[in-house]
Amino acid sequence: MQQFVAPAIDYAALLPIIVVLGAGVVAILVDAFAPARLRARLDVSVSVLALVAALVLLLVRAGTSVVTAGGAVVVDGPALLAQAAIVVFTLASVVLYTEKRLDPAGDSFAPAGASVPGSELERVLTLQRTQQTEVYALTLFAAGGMMTMVSANDLLTMFVALEVLSLPLYLLSSLARRRRLLSQESGLKYFLLGAFASAFFLYGTALVYGATGSLDLAGIDAAVSANVGVEPLLLVGMGLVAVGLLFKISAVPFQFWTPDVYQGAPTVVTGFMAAATKVAAFVALMRVLYVGLGGLSADWTVLLSVVAGITMLVGSVLALSQTDIKRMLAYSSIAHAGFLLVGLVAAGPAGTASALFYLVAYGVATIGAFAVVTLVRDAGGEATHLSAWAGLGRRSPLVAGAFSLFLLSFAGIPLTAGFIAKLSVFAAAFEGGQVLLVLVGLLASAIAAFFYIRVIVLMFFSDPAPDGPTVGVPSVGTAVVVAVAATLTVLLGVLPGSLLELAQQASEFVR
Amino acid sequence: MTGWLTALVLLPAVGAAATALVPGVRAAKIVAIATSLLVLALTVVVGLAFDSSGPLYQLTDQVAWIAPLGVYWSLGLSGISLALVALTAVATPLVLGAMWAEVDDTGRSVKAYYALVLVLQAMVIGAFLATDVLLFYILFEAMLVPMYFLIGLYGGEKRQYAAVKFLLYNLAGGLVMLAAVIGLYLQGEPGERSFLLADLVALDIPAGTQLWLFVGFMVAFAIKAPLWPVHTWLPDAATEAPASQAAYLSGVVDKVGTFGMIALVLPLFPDASGRAAPWVVGLAVVSIVWSALVAIGQTDLKRIVAYASISHFGVIVLGIFALTTQATSGSTFYMVSHGLSTTALFLVVGFMIARRGSRQLADYGGLQKPAPILAGFLLVAGLSGLAMPGMATFVSEFLVLLGTFSRYQVAAAVATVSIVLAALYILIMYQRTMTGPVTPQTESVRDVRGREAVLVAPLFALLLLLGFVPGPLLTSIEDGTTQTLAEVGVSDPPPVFAAEGAGQ
Repeated sequence: MQQFVAPAIDYAALLPIIVVLGAGVVAILVDAFAPARLRARLDVSVSVLALVAALVLLLVRAGTSVVTAGGAVVVDGPALLAQAAIVVFTLASVVLYTEKRLDPAGDSFAPAGASVPGSELERVLTLQRTQQTEVYALTLFAAGGMMTMVSANDLLTMFVALEVLSLPLYLLSSLARRRRLLSQESGLKYFLLGAFASAFFLYGTALVYGATGSLDLAGIDAAVSANVGVEPLLLVGMGLVAVGLLFKISAVPFQFWTPDVYQGAPTVVTGFMAAATKVAAFVALMRVLYVGLGGLSADWTVLLSVVAGITMLVGSVLALSQTDIKRMLAYSSIAHAGFLLVGLVAAGPAGTASALFYLVAYGVATIGAFAVVTLVRDAGGEATHLSAWAGLGRRSPLVAGAFSLFLLSFAGIPLTAGFIAKLSVFAAAFEGGQVLLVLVGLLASAIAAFFYIRVIVLMFFSDPAPDGPTVGVPSVGTAVVVAVAATLTVLLGVLPGSLLELAQQASEFVR
Repeated sequence: MTGWLTALVLLPAVGAAATALVPGVRAAKIVAIATSLLVLALTVVVGLAFDSSGPLYQLTDQVAWIAPLGVYWSLGLSGISLALVALTAVATPLVLGAMWAEVDDTGRSVKAYYALVLVLQAMVIGAFLATDVLLFYILFEAMLVPMYFLIGLYGGEKRQYAAVKFLLYNLAGGLVMLAAVIGLYLQGEPGERSFLLADLVALDIPAGTQLWLFVGFMVAFAIKAPLWPVHTWLPDAATEAPASQAAYLSGVVDKVGTFGMIALVLPLFPDASGRAAPWVVGLAVVSIVWSALVAIGQTDLKRIVAYASISHFGVIVLGIFALTTQATSGSTFYMVSHGLSTTALFLVVGFMIARRGSRQLADYGGLQKPAPILAGFLLVAGLSGLAMPGMATFVSEFLVLLGTFSRYQVAAAVATVSIVLAALYILIMYQRTMTGPVTPQTESVRDVRGREAVLVAPLFALLLLLGFVPGPLLTSIEDGTTQTLAEVGVSDPPPVFAAEGAGQ
């Protein structure tokens, strides 16, 4: 009988993940045992401390790459950059969670997720200003899952990470304080569809294992290169694994959940999901395809080129007809998934570097944009209908200006981060011979520009409605997040050199 | 690295920031106008330092900007760019001055207006000086944003529609150009790629690829210039924008399009330019005649000037792609004189609209009785528009037609018709507004005020000066165009009659 040998584990490399997940556990303990009035404060302190610590640890490890835990986890350039991005986005989101000045009833979350919407219990809890402090723990778990996902080196670890990041997100989505039914619906929808996607991923894993006899990416790669002929089992397995990941980055045709979930979830959670989940799932997708299935690149390039083209077009075209700002941003997020896939099919280090830069540029603008959405409010909470945004530029030029900046970055106008991101993605794809895809991308950009600009027109050139929403005065935290996001959006557009260089250095996936 | 050109680009940008930050509306206006005058002074200094017999690009500034992509902050002054920077420097203070009192009536932020115009100026000057293709592209696209807000915030009734149409047309053109810019960049060897114009010109690009890249660049420039059939955004934008912005847009900002054709397209894609030239010449001729005919049929003062402007842009493009020294130099000269002339026309038309409160020709009549000086202004500006001998526009149009004739006789002959048509739309405009019986609405119209006269006078003076003494400017332009055409590898066709004489 074979003796079980415990694999050597490089704890230093895993420390950032351990810190974040450990902080999640501590936060749960705080919620269980600390007195109610201290919980929120303790949770926030634990989260911020852990995230800052994780960021410092990641910065220290910059430039290194390690394969550890018996080949299950790899901490290489793309993983480190992606983990750092995830940590920063999580930190920004946690700061946004603490906002209590905008809603007279408290923060963005329902006082108790289990209470029936509109019930007496909910009313009493609201009056008592009860706070659902578990959101911090859930967010930390999700962030830990994402960080594991980007460095998962075998399909099973990746699946576990996928679940660890997904389950907290399903819960977080259904915890909005306002319009709770919409929020619960979104949580349920996300859960059901997400469970399907996970099942696809798992089934794909099983098929890939059946075809190659291995779960870790290096083993799969070896088996693929040894078997010159293309095996149907392997192809189907690859397709199903890709479905699970494409679902998470909301690529067409797996995007149906995105508008509903983005609209229903608490806006601060939407920003977190849009920015950080995309990083996690996208880097994982790149790792699976490049490292594990590099031998099949001829097959998946065709498949994903089609998906990329359709995703860009569908996202852009459907965004045109949206009347809700959160739904519009959701379709924009779908379109951006398409642009990212353009970078992915470009393959090679240039494609990876461009996609990493794109993920950061998009995430920064997304967190900023959703933070601005939380500011525009009327009596019923956030005023997300587009008509409510008319004339915003007249009343709050700063807020409208920041939002316009994020939209211009989404549209890829020069001197914003979005332009450099698009430029490098298109350049990589052009070089990879995907000229047609670049042209489709440019067409989609032109369509997308129209709806971003429509919002700017509405904010600046239209007259405000007499009973329109007001722009709340946020707490320092929210203001700082918006300001930093706006600054970074300009900075990465004007002086992108250092991040581009960093992304280029970090563009090699370790096998 | 001399820093002069960088200073020329940054000065208006710094001025814009100062305008936005200085307390008080009046102070902001003064800061803005003072900045634009400083830019003018700096342009004079730079112009004096320019040696017209020196290399194509002088006073160059170059530092690495986005090193991983090979993008440089690279500026250089050629005879062509000097002429256009000077045009920008002259026009900006006038445009700012023209809104001195008017901007207060728009109900929008005064500071924002002045700051946006200065930002726009910085970007336009930067585009004229850029010798890095991506830097040019970034400025080319980014300048849409301030212009968009200037139209959309300070314009007339249908300003939203006009602003969006302006932006989408130009953005679409820009995206096509982006594909071509990337395609061009990738022609370089991996590892040593850069966007520097000098590096890209040195590339040996296969003919087929060159044609595609040529089309990509030309689509953007044709929309910007604008050329038939992608011109329809300009009449809307010019009509809805405040008169001074319409002047700035078609007089100065759109010159970036025609400048791009001369300074980028010709040297970058010499073979393709040669092959496609007949087609572009054809489009230009259609643009010239079509827009002139449409201008005659307009009943809106600003639309007449806008269509006239498109017709003249056709002449400029015609001259560029005739690819003879005479025609191409004439075109560059025309960019300057058309800038002056269109600015003058739009400003004077703006004065009229401010008085009568209407853009419709039918609402005017007999204005020369109560406002003789205004009538005189319209006449002088109009005559410059129809290329009256003695005006700078005449010199340029004549050179373009002459230079074109030596290569494309038919095109030149048809384009000449536009001179007659120009006389028609300009004189009809003058006749309907200034002559005839005075109506009750027009009898109390005030004549030109001191500030208005000060704004238009320099334009008239320059138009006449360059009309009678075109020599110095033309020399510095000709050196630039000769070097550019040498890069394209075309030589002027020999004069027909001289060749026949030699045969006898």
